[in-house]
Amino acid sequence: MDSATSRASAPLGASADNGLKIVVVGGFGVGKTTLVRSVSEIRPLNTEETMTQAGASVDDLTGVGAKTATTVAFDFGRITLDARNVLYLFGAPGQQRFWFLWDRLFSGTLGAVVLVDTRRIDDSWYAIDRLEKHGTPFVVACNDFGGPEFAPEQIREALDLDPHVPLVRCDARSRESSKLVLITLVEHVAALYAGAGAGTRPAAPARASRQELV
Amino acid sequence: MSGPGRPGRDDSPDRLYTLTGGRSRSGENSPFDLVTLVVAECDPAPGMQSEHAAILRMTERPTAVVEIAAELRLPVSITKILLTDLLDAGRVSARHPRREAVPDLDILEQVLVGLRNL
Ligand SMILES: Nc1nc2c(ncn2[C@@H]2O[C@H](COP(=O)(O)OP(=O)(O)OP(=O)(O)O)[C@@H](O)[C@H]2O)c(=O)[nH]1
Ligand SMILES: [Mg+2]
Repeated sequence: MDSATSRASAPLGASADNGLKIVVVGGFGVGKTTLVRSVSEIRPLNTEETMTQAGASVDDLTGVGAKTATTVAFDFGRITLDARNVLYLFGAPGQQRFWFLWDRLFSGTLGAVVLVDTRRIDDSWYAIDRLEKHGTPFVVACNDFGGPEFAPEQIREALDLDPHVPLVRCDARSRESSKLVLITLVEHVAALYAGAGAGTRPAAPARASRQELV
Repeated sequence: MSGPGRPGRDDSPDRLYTLTGGRSRSGENSPFDLVTLVVAECDPAPGMQSEHAAILRMTERPTAVVEIAAELRLPVSITKILLTDLLDAGRVSARHPRREAVPDLDILEQVLVGLRNL
């Protein structure tokens, strides 16, 4: 693969013409940037988006009736998949104000990874709820920070997770592990759309072994 | 790690206003997606707004909107406005993401192949 080794801001090939998006969401310090860095061919970069909205204050800002600016910072990395397809991975905070910008920034996203720290499971609940509301396919990946071990059923229960949503363990510091999380997500998305009869031919079924790593 | 300084945050509103000629910052109707790949169609010319020139240098090879924003250290919405100027003037072209109502299974398969080969 021509993309393989360069870690600097290597330019894309001239034939690249299709950008794809996957979003990694999760609470503070849960390993979003680490996961992006593990698989990205460029050093993760960060940028931000601002939305000005009248009145409706998101963060209990005062300024009654004033316009409030909501700013959300996110980082991203890149994976050149082949001569035409380029996958961008976004690491984004799952806090409330972020979701005001979801449609603007992340509509058309292939899917999302919800990163969970099992010591702070509640941090992830909101993100899962929003993704369900937006109809974005997602998988849940538990980053292992050495906290107490939970059985998958316990985690599913705590997250009120739909049984069909894949739940995997990961170590965001590991490229292989992070790669597997992404593969699990894309297999899940493919299975969803194949199952919905959207395709004219069957996609490879998502591999159960992978989805039941936890 | 996090790059130097957050884009936009240190800029005075005046600078952002000047950059965009005071147009709406919402970028709501922008044809650009975060991952639209932008390609320069000409070289930077003398007298060009410096951000426009920077974009043309950056996009000699296809470059995503979000990468341009990060490099210019500007919010995405402002970057989209600058790109719209360049697009309208024919100075860049845009390769928008293929967007079907439902993702194409062929594309998903290509994504899987690409990921497995990482
Ligand atoms: N043990 C362990 N540590 C991890 C793992 N992933 C990330 N870390 C560490 O956790 C810390 C936070 O990781 P980040 O990737 O910066 O987390 P983040 O979600 O981007 O954090 P914010 O952007 O600040 O919300 C770093 O010190 C990482 O090295 C993991 O899988 N296991
Ligand atoms: Mg981070």
